[in-house]
Amino acid sequence: MGKTPLLHIQNVVKHFDISGGLLDQLAFSGGKIVRNRSVVHAVNNVSLDIMEGETLSVVGESGCGKSTLARVVIGLYPPTAGEIHYRGQRMDNLQGTARRPFRTKAQMVFQDPYASLNPRMRVRQILEEPVRFHKPELSGDQVREKIAEVMDQVGINPVWAERYPHEFSGGQRQRISIARALVLDPEFIVADEPISALDVSIQAQVLNLMMDLQEQRNLTYLFISHDLSVVEHISDRVAVLYLGTLCELATSEELFENPRHPYTKALLSAIPRIGKGFQHIKLSGDVPTPIKLPTGCVFHGRCPNANDRCRQEVPVARTLESGSVVACHGVEEGRI
Amino acid sequence: MDTLLDVRNLTVKFALRDSALTAVNNVSFTLNRGERLGLVGESGAGKSVTGFSIINLVSKPGFIADGSVWFDGRDLATLSQEEMRKVRGNRISMIFQDPMMTLNPVLTIGTQMVETVLAHRNVSKAEAEAIAMDKLRKVYINSPEKRLKQYPHEFSGGMRQRIVIAIALLTDPALIIADEPTTALDVTIQAEIMDLLLELCRTEDMGLILITHDLGVVSQVTQKVAVMYAGSIVELGETEQVCSNPQHPYTRGLIAALPEAATGSRLNQIPGSMPNLAEIPVGCAFNNRCELGKGACFTTVPQLERKQSGVFAACHELE
Ligand SMILES: Nc1ncnc2c1ncn2[C@@H]1O[C@H](COP(=O)(O)OP(=O)(O)O)[C@@H](O)[C@H]1O
Ligand SMILES: Nc1ncnc2c1ncn2[C@@H]1O[C@H](COP(=O)(O)OP(=O)(O)O)[C@@H](O)[C@H]1O
Ligand code: SF4
Ligand SMILES: [Mg+2]
Ligand SMILES: [Mg+2]
Repeated sequence: MGKTPLLHIQNVVKHFDISGGLLDQLAFSGGKIVRNRSVVHAVNNVSLDIMEGETLSVVGESGCGKSTLARVVIGLYPPTAGEIHYRGQRMDNLQGTARRPFRTKAQMVFQDPYASLNPRMRVRQILEEPVRFHKPELSGDQVREKIAEVMDQVGINPVWAERYPHEFSGGQRQRISIARALVLDPEFIVADEPISALDVSIQAQVLNLMMDLQEQRNLTYLFISHDLSVVEHISDRVAVLYLGTLCELATSEELFENPRHPYTKALLSAIPRIGKGFQHIKLSGDVPTPIKLPTGCVFHGRCPNANDRCRQEVPVARTLESGSVVACHGVEEGRI
Repeated sequence: MDTLLDVRNLTVKFALRDSALTAVNNVSFTLNRGERLGLVGESGAGKSVTGFSIINLVSKPGFIADGSVWFDGRDLATLSQEEMRKVRGNRISMIFQDPMMTLNPVLTIGTQMVETVLAHRNVSKAEAEAIAMDKLRKVYINSPEKRLKQYPHEFSGGMRQRIVIAIALLTDPALIIADEPTTALDVTIQAEIMDLLLELCRTEDMGLILITHDLGVVSQVTQKVAVMYAGSIVELGETEQVCSNPQHPYTRGLIAALPEAATGSRLNQIPGSMPNLAEIPVGCAFNNRCELGKGACFTTVPQLERKQSGVFAACHELE
């Protein structure tokens, strides 16, 4: 309590307007010309704090808004509504140079190291680029030193700096992406599915590297993954999203041992684990489209515990005794 | 027990200008009628090529260099294209990670299903439609009459994979080869599809070869498992036994690397990465990553043999 979070995400909303040009939007209906807009409700009123030095993971099924939230947090997308504060200072409304200090402190690592590394650039150039841009005062020798240091830290021999990305394996390429994120000595790293393209034995190497770096550099991670076993292992806290809405936020232990939200329960029950039986909670139907959000609780159409209130009233995220934050009428009413 | 499939010493190569790379190396396993086998390993291990070569569908420059695939009393590796097409359509079906490998985006589900039935069976169009609806019901697709008139893009990813399974069922196959059928799907949908495959194998007495990189899925769905590394099966046995008491150093490393297996915060990692086909070491293909490697490991390829624990493993250092 009272401690300023590294990041404070407050009522963040992100919509994408996909209606196209004005002419595409016009339609003739009931004798009148009407304008139809289609809006993807990718992130809906999400609030959470990320504390310094912790790993906060975001989980949920594809399309639930994980990447969008990550991009809003790091400033790649402006939020449609809501605020982002970094060390107590509001960031989302800053432009251009006012934003620069934050840009060096927060870095992103993407899923696909094949797509995110320019194939025509040598590793040295890939790593130099952000340094030259953000720290033009450094001498050539200082830049080279910095690059050798980060390459060493991520376990890529600095003598390979003149090679191109395709000369490395997938795991090594992801290490290079991580090195690129590190050259500016950031405090905060958003990692969007950083290990999803890697094989299990390589995943372990990259995850260990990320945990080591966190310890050495006191990094804070916003970690996105659909691999729930990995999330359980590396996270301090976990946020569960469904249709762009925060369902539950809890410490990793609490969430995996005692999930409270009906969606979290279903999601966790479906994790295939060695030696675990094959009993999982079956949900009816499919995830609805984020273009037309359901009324009330976004999960009500598939929830085994839904009642009339769920169909009408949006549940508010509340903190339970356990410290978990849960947005569910059923939990609030004590019937779940 | 009744053997459905007997793969013996299967070797698949890819021709280069003046040499060939071995993608599947001397692979042998059997599958009984109605049995479910998992084929696991990292990407590039040779799982898909093994699956394709069973139905004799390895495409150029790949070719079956050696071995046989006994199915229903015939060696599929020696059949003509024409004969093979009949087996593929009738007795063995294959399902892929991407449903659109099977589905045609410009045809309705009904057209595709009816055509498939008519190509293999001497029935009327109405009967074919009835068969199609029956299979859609089997994969729990509601109101099949309506669904038959829809196009693939009108379905979600999970529903499309169900439809692909329904298509695979059209000819009442004795064996389904499913290559990463749920890798692109979310966990809740994966669980439903796996439920479905399991149920169908049981009710229809169908054999299943489940190709996946996910040991968790294998442990829930299959009875036997073959672990592949760099083109070879390194361990083969009852799924439960292999998962709870892995023998081969690679299998051990793989299971130990899962987050669930970590004792502290660090995960157990296998050093290095799987070699590509051109760089497979002499001797045991795993020797450059193995803690036990010595002597014979660097000179002689270990054969898959029954070890003391009862499973088969290809390792010089195991008793
Ligand atoms: N640039 C964009 N334009 C329009 N819609 C988008 C855009 N980016 C994401 N979306 C939509 O927003 C929703 C959330 O997407 P995303 O954040 O990528 O989900 P996740 O990362 O959880 O899979 C999806 O419905 C997606 O189609
Ligand atoms: N058409 C091809 N030409 C050359 N090599 C191929 C071809 N298809 C697959 N391979 C190689 O064969 C090996 C096994 O591939 P595959 O069976 O697809 O692996 P897995 O399914 O286990 O990921 C890989 O090294 C791959 O590069
Ligand atoms: S609010 Fe109602 S519908 Fe939503 S999760 Fe809770 S019980 Fe289910
Ligand atoms: Mg994403
Ligand atoms: Mg494959």
